[in-house]
Amino acid sequence: MYTFSSKLKTFSLILMAVGLLGIGYGFYTAPKDIKEVEKLLAADSHGSHDVAKHEAPDSHPAKAESHESNSHAAPAAHEDKSHAAEAHVVDAHAEHEAHLTHVLHQLQNKPWAALYVACIFFMLIALGALAFYAIQQVAQAGWSPVLFRVMQGITSYLPVGSVLFFILLILSGLHFNHLFVWLGEGVTDPNSSAYDHIIAGKAGYLNFPFWIVRAAIFLLGWSLYQYYSRKNCLAQDEANDNLYYKKNFKMSAAFLVFFIVSESIMSWDWIMSIDPHWFSTLFGWYVFASFFVSGITTIAMVTLYLKSKGYLEHVNTSHIHDLAKFMFGISVFWTYLWFSQFMLIWYADIPEEVTYYVTRIQLYNLPFFGAVAMNFLFPLLILINTDFKRITWVLVMAGIVILLGHYVDFFNMIMPGTVGDQWFIGVPEIASILFFLGLFIYVVFTALTKAPLLAKRNPFIEESKHFHY
Amino acid sequence: MSNKVIYAIYNDDDVLMDAVKKTRAAHHHIEEVFSPFPVHGLDKAMGLAPTRLAICAFLYGLCGISFGTWMMNYVMIQDWPQDIGGKPSFSYIENMPAFVPIMFEETVFFAAHLMVITFYMRSKLWPFKEAENPDVRTTDDHFLMEVAVNNNEAELVSFFENTGAVEVKVIEKH
Repeated sequence: MYTFSSKLKTFSLILMAVGLLGIGYGFYTAPKDIKEVEKLLAADSHGSHDVAKHEAPDSHPAKAESHESNSHAAPAAHEDKSHAAEAHVVDAHAEHEAHLTHVLHQLQNKPWAALYVACIFFMLIALGALAFYAIQQVAQAGWSPVLFRVMQGITSYLPVGSVLFFILLILSGLHFNHLFVWLGEGVTDPNSSAYDHIIAGKAGYLNFPFWIVRAAIFLLGWSLYQYYSRKNCLAQDEANDNLYYKKNFKMSAAFLVFFIVSESIMSWDWIMSIDPHWFSTLFGWYVFASFFVSGITTIAMVTLYLKSKGYLEHVNTSHIHDLAKFMFGISVFWTYLWFSQFMLIWYADIPEEVTYYVTRIQLYNLPFFGAVAMNFLFPLLILINTDFKRITWVLVMAGIVILLGHYVDFFNMIMPGTVGDQWFIGVPEIASILFFLGLFIYVVFTALTKAPLLAKRNPFIEESKHFHY
Repeated sequence: MSNKVIYAIYNDDDVLMDAVKKTRAAHHHIEEVFSPFPVHGLDKAMGLAPTRLAICAFLYGLCGISFGTWMMNYVMIQDWPQDIGGKPSFSYIENMPAFVPIMFEETVFFAAHLMVITFYMRSKLWPFKEAENPDVRTTDDHFLMEVAVNNNEAELVSFFENTGAVEVKVIEKH
């Protein structure tokens, strides 16, 4: 049995506390109205942010449409009032006002988006580990059963993360934030100034009730598999036959079918719909590759940690080597999808698709290409070596870079549609990561204490104990 | 000087592995082992150095990607930078995504083919090469260990007879 070391527990609690403070600070410092934004922008223009100022009038017309749809009743009313009071005012002033409102929305989105990215990232890590676990069951892998309990520990974050994530989705639906433009009021109403006929055309799919019900079904479905699979695995330990093993086999196969459908839809719902004017067919696979490799990396990291503490007697360097090969292979797979999506859109250069990458390359140049360096070049050059795949510190280093790289990947997917050029990896972003990291460590290592770290009666456990590559 | 060798013939890979380990422990020099199929762990038991073929392949891959990059840069950017369908041919990096499929395939092509050729050269394999098979049965169902004899013929023969060999032959090699 594993005992949660008090040091690690304290560490995770500190992470959560610091994270919460930072998240609170992020919300506290977000501007409340356009006057504050005006001050912020004025302060910025004296500093080094000349570019932002220079760019503002340029990017404004293109974004005005999405901003309009973004705006709430209150700012809209405010605009009307100002129009009535100063009817003689030149267009430039209204435009400036509209620009300020636009920036206000982006800045108000910042702490929300930071929370959202970190929340979905850690939840999907658990989901990635769960998908890997289900694949191992169905493939009747002979090497991995000694790692099943580690995987179950990691996936036990999924129900917890799902609840928090679901709350975030509901808050978005209740208009606490503007993360999803299509959730804005009046977007589908032809008489509203916020009317957006493209979004209105997608309203049959992108409407709050349908969206939230889909989310509930997916999150519940995944968590149920997680719960029952673990339960059966523990029951198999005490059983005299392989009934529970067979049950798990069938359930895993069914889960994988459900997973690949729900995963695809999930990626449209929770990530792609942040840019509702844009669509891409391989997006689901791309998102999958990103969190799948993160999940496998997390399995490797937790395994290495537990092994270093002497808890995993039967895990040898061959098991670690296999995990490292998966980290390597799926990293390359992610890159393949990243590039395929990028290159097809870049090559054809169709305006309605290409804006997605224009925003990212112009405003997110370093994170956009940095993610490729972290998720492809680094693992490619480090993990290609067979000997390196067995060295703990090399793997930990590669794993940290991969996990950070995939955080940046999710950051790249979500931030441009929510905060635009106002992005920064500052207090709200880092605090959100710390909070969810702390929670992740706390939940995962608590779950690991609940069951022995070696499954007893798995039909492949003996083979797995003696696995040698 | 006579160059006699012993051919110890086995009909089971497990017996062969044990024999190899015993021979190594007794410090007899194994010249060669012939087997009809790859025996897992035989190279380790014989103490053979690991192959460096993978390192070669990596370097060949680097050559491939360099060649692909150079070729596309010379052809598309330096030599005749035409406007083809609006693709930016001002610098390599601007049109890079279009070249990636070629760079990738060149890398794989060079790595794969040059590695295979290296393998053929290092293991001295080519068409019309005379087979070096000491006993035809070793391509079917027998294993053969070849050990040099240094004036200890009787001792070696009895040693190999004790390792489970189905046949022990002393051969004069030319």
